[in-house]
Amino acid sequence: MSPIAKAQQWVVEQPWRTWTNQAMTIARIDLRRGLFSRRAWWVYLMAFAPVALIGAHWVVDSAQRSGGYLEEDTKVLAGIFQIYYMRLGIFFACMGIFTWLFRGEVAEKSLHYKFLVPVRREVLVLGKFLSGAFTAFVLFETAVFSSFILMYMHFGPLGSAFIFDGPGMRHLWMYLLVTALACVGYGSVFLALSLVFRNPIIPGLLVMAWEAINPIMPAILQKLSVAFYLRNLCPVQLPAEGLLALFTVVATPVPAVVAVLGLLCVTAAVIIFACLRIRTFEITYSTD
Amino acid sequence: MKTTDNRIVFENVSKFYGEVLGVNRVNLVLDPGITSLVGPNGSGKTTLMNLMTGLIRPSRGQISVLGMTADDPEHLFRAVGYCTQFDSFPRGVTGYEFIYWPLRLHGLDHTRADQFTKEAIDRVGMMSAATRKVAGYSKGMRQRIRLAQAISHHPTVVVLDEPLNGLDPMARAETITLFQALGQHGMHVIISSHILEEVDRISDRVVLMSNGYVVAEGQIHDVRREVKDHPMQILVRCSNPSKLASQVFALDHVVEAKINVDGHGLLIRTRDAEQFYLLLNRVAAQGVVEVEAVAPADDDVNSIYQYLIGSDGSNA
Repeated sequence: MSPIAKAQQWVVEQPWRTWTNQAMTIARIDLRRGLFSRRAWWVYLMAFAPVALIGAHWVVDSAQRSGGYLEEDTKVLAGIFQIYYMRLGIFFACMGIFTWLFRGEVAEKSLHYKFLVPVRREVLVLGKFLSGAFTAFVLFETAVFSSFILMYMHFGPLGSAFIFDGPGMRHLWMYLLVTALACVGYGSVFLALSLVFRNPIIPGLLVMAWEAINPIMPAILQKLSVAFYLRNLCPVQLPAEGLLALFTVVATPVPAVVAVLGLLCVTAAVIIFACLRIRTFEITYSTD
Repeated sequence: MKTTDNRIVFENVSKFYGEVLGVNRVNLVLDPGITSLVGPNGSGKTTLMNLMTGLIRPSRGQISVLGMTADDPEHLFRAVGYCTQFDSFPRGVTGYEFIYWPLRLHGLDHTRADQFTKEAIDRVGMMSAATRKVAGYSKGMRQRIRLAQAISHHPTVVVLDEPLNGLDPMARAETITLFQALGQHGMHVIISSHILEEVDRISDRVVLMSNGYVVAEGQIHDVRREVKDHPMQILVRCSNPSKLASQVFALDHVVEAKINVDGHGLLIRTRDAEQFYLLLNRVAAQGVVEVEAVAPADDDVNSIYQYLIGSDGSNA
């Protein structure tokens, strides 16, 4: 039997349905911890703080409704998205959500219950990742969507025309796509870090530094970054001025399809690493 | 996965936590029945249980449970239930949810998971508290609900780390009866406990541990026979103990004979119990004494523990 035929047979023989059901059940159990716990308040705050600011801007600056201001507000929204959401809000929220998936249960000394059921540990990683990704999606997609709508609703018919007859709708879809990719990209990194380090905060900050200096790294290293792919997908390019250029400049432009596939490949590689790591993970609460 | 191997096998298993020894060179073969792990704190009982269930990995050696290893959790944990010593629970769960959700992960649909959950909760007498949050349970209730979870999927191997801790005398008696019932159904029941009298009463075999090593293992009476440094104590209830004492003093292997304070019994310490029983039969047949009862006085876990590990087991 050829290796390809063997691989095909292996794929057919695996209990994919059972694994999917188990991953979904784990995600369902964990979702309550991520989305509805009191501990999650600061994640809500990180997601919706800009929404509150843009809402306030709508109320306070209701007189500014000309086309010139619309162009300016488009840049403001791009700045909020690229500098706040992409580099800080989603980054730190994912750090909180995804590192807590395993470390939270280690802190509560309840992870062993998940290791004592007939579930492959790799499926456990995927279930927890799904739960974290869903939590981050729900919060940040809602927040980005709300920010966008509030920013342009402010302009009345002019804003509607921008959204429905101009480039607005494409901008919205791209922001939502980048948000989703940021959630899975950063999520996978923090999930993997939480399985390697007892305190993933310091390594998390190192990741942040890596992401910040990434544009000045050699081209090959730039590809080992979540932000590298996300920047390429942002619909509005911000002027590269001062230190903030580190967050916004696109050093090596790549096509959107390559950016999406590249990020998904990085995410898959990091999740595979997490799956390998969980196989040898030991329950030793007293030393954690 | 159906397996014909119904034993739990440790082959030269060692576990080190950095430079700290957990267990060292453990070779054990456990057959179905009730097996008690006995030893002082830090002797390696919990390490052995965690190794068996894959919560920790051996530094050396191999472990197989009914022919399966911890690398195959999908099959292993259909056959194994483990009630750990960790007195902690997922945040915010009720007793019912604590058992129900793991059963869903076993692949049971809602109806069967619900049925198994209620059955397990009923078995530990917690039905009235099932819908309450575990955080509001007493220590004994938490212990019982963890026990219920460990047996809820009808495992073949139940591993119980200090399962009697925190239970009141009534619950303790009920739990011991439950263990006996599980053992009689051909299951493996592996218990670690420091309550040696209760362990003694229910165990088919004991594994004595000290400082990470298995000091002795087997059926309690066999283990006792192997402890040759300490003469066996035999209590004879009879009509004329002083007469019997004068007879036994003539034997070389009898090192001590002490008349009971009530004057109706004789406590013998002998290096050769078989020879002593022969003598006793002879003197009874000759009508020298009227024997009411004969029983080993130190043929129990507590005494063996004391002889082998050197304490009375109170800190086990």
